[in-house]
Amino acid sequence: MKKLLGSRWALGAALAAAAAFPFLAQAVEQPYLVRVAGVIGLFMILGLGLNFTLGYAGLFDLGFISFYAIGAYTTAIAMRAHVPAPLAIVLAVAITLAMRALLGLTILRLRGDYLAVVTMGFGEIARLVINNLDSLTNGPKGMQVRPWRPLACISPDPNVQYYLLILAGVSLAVVASRRIESSRVGRAWVAIREDEVAARLSGIPVREYKLLAFTLSAAFAGLAGALFALWEQFVTPESFVFWESVLVVSIVVLGGMGSIAGVLLGALILVGLPPLMQWTLSAEWINYRYLFFGLILVLATLFRPQGLLPSARRESELSS
Amino acid sequence: MLAQQILNALTLGAIYSLIALGYTLVYGILAMINFAHSEVLMLGAFTALGLATFAPAAFGSGPSALAAMFVAGMAAAGLVNVVVERFAYRPLRAVSRLAPLISAIGVSIVLQNGVFLWISTQSLSFPRPVVIGQISLFGASVSSLQLVILGAALGLMGLLHFFVESTKMGKAMRACADDISTAGLMGIDADRVIAVTFFVGGALGGAAGVLYGMNYGSIKYNLGFLPGAKAFTAAVLGGIGNIRGAVLGGFILGLLEVLACGYIPDGAQWRDVIAFTVLIVVLLVRPSGLLGEKMAEKV
Repeated sequence: MKKLLGSRWALGAALAAAAAFPFLAQAVEQPYLVRVAGVIGLFMILGLGLNFTLGYAGLFDLGFISFYAIGAYTTAIAMRAHVPAPLAIVLAVAITLAMRALLGLTILRLRGDYLAVVTMGFGEIARLVINNLDSLTNGPKGMQVRPWRPLACISPDPNVQYYLLILAGVSLAVVASRRIESSRVGRAWVAIREDEVAARLSGIPVREYKLLAFTLSAAFAGLAGALFALWEQFVTPESFVFWESVLVVSIVVLGGMGSIAGVLLGALILVGLPPLMQWTLSAEWINYRYLFFGLILVLATLFRPQGLLPSARRESELSS
Repeated sequence: MLAQQILNALTLGAIYSLIALGYTLVYGILAMINFAHSEVLMLGAFTALGLATFAPAAFGSGPSALAAMFVAGMAAAGLVNVVVERFAYRPLRAVSRLAPLISAIGVSIVLQNGVFLWISTQSLSFPRPVVIGQISLFGASVSSLQLVILGAALGLMGLLHFFVESTKMGKAMRACADDISTAGLMGIDADRVIAVTFFVGGALGGAAGVLYGMNYGSIKYNLGFLPGAKAFTAAVLGGIGNIRGAVLGGFILGLLEVLACGYIPDGAQWRDVIAFTVLIVVLLVRPSGLLGEKMAEKV
């Protein structure tokens, strides 16, 4: 109980600090940091989403960013059709979920790396279809999104408004992950990940639970995509390349698969590092930032192969 | 027309197959996707270019130059692959399945940015030491370059077949692919076999990089990504871990791409969509690829 209370206080403090952050950044005249933090937040939501598929159920997905794209493009198209923005967000999440469920129904019987390759293929197909279907998506030129300024009463700066919305999204994702993780469903996923045959023999409906983890992931991607589109007011296929999927996988694995705190830290480091280096490195070193980024990725994996903050459940399994 | 298309498809397919072999050899033993393989092939191409640029007199011209470029590109790519395996993958081998993948992603970023920063940010033109002439064959016009590419690729595949099937090291490789811990118990030095596998896979990738450079006439620091991703798809299509499957997958992918461009309206735009759709459909029908063995259920 004491521990629970402590963690509640710590969480509350972290949330308060995060909410105060954009105003502090503005006070010290570094509004650029608010944008960076917003992008980090979007990848936290994406990472927590992929964590359901990869971290909990152990399904390897290399095309996750396509669902971010579907969420963003659904929002952009809905906004073009003069749908109110909150409804567009709901629509984005619903359509992303539906597409993900359809994909899952088709491909989830594939195993291991075959699943990874098929999701990678789907990711490329989705991006190319968006790129080629000019009549619906305006092709490579991208789509403008009608501006929506939801929190104008708090701050006139759209970056701050969206930062706060994204923060709410991250909090929602954390709460949802925590609740599901320790539920019957969460334990069933871990059982499947650790030994599918044993899980099936214990009476877990493996197919259904895998599909559930795979599908739920997409709700987060859809939400993040919708916020991204509304914030940027512009979407293009360029934002959803294969590399972005790889980045989300790296966030989950480097942070610690199945660990909520790990995924948050992974997103903070991997998405925050390049802009941080751009900000701090001197002119002669600035071009080296991606080289350093790669080196850090290798070294971090070598020194913490189980992730920066491995989940307590995994750690206890590994030490036993 | 069709004969011409098929010839183009074979040329492209040969390059994909060589790259796919590098993925499949490593995967066959370690069940690991060597994400940095696309950078290894890029480094092979750059090494060959470096040789041609800085030591043009040393190796003459014509066939001897061609051979020297191949040897240099293959040796460099193979060595890079071995070094990367030693320092970035081996310490993680026993830990988890995904850790080496993340490490490989990091290596890939480092290698690409290393070339970007220290060699060139731009496309560099790639020498073609053979005189390009056209020969007419079965109604198709064959360039001597295409013959070189096909000949080199098929020759290397033959060599690989001989190596894997008929040498002692090849036998050890097959044993490790079958069951690495049992192979260790039988006195096979698994670390050494894995290093050799990375060298052979990298060298084939390096050869593919040289062929790629000659085929397109220029190379750039990020040239590896696209053929790498395609070749990996090809390896999976054929059944990853299976050597014949990688070759078959590479040629099928080449054929699909060339035919899509040639016979479907707006084909160039939809080429990759078609290729990936075929991949997904094939895997749904045959979940372990065309020639892959059925994966054993973990018990």
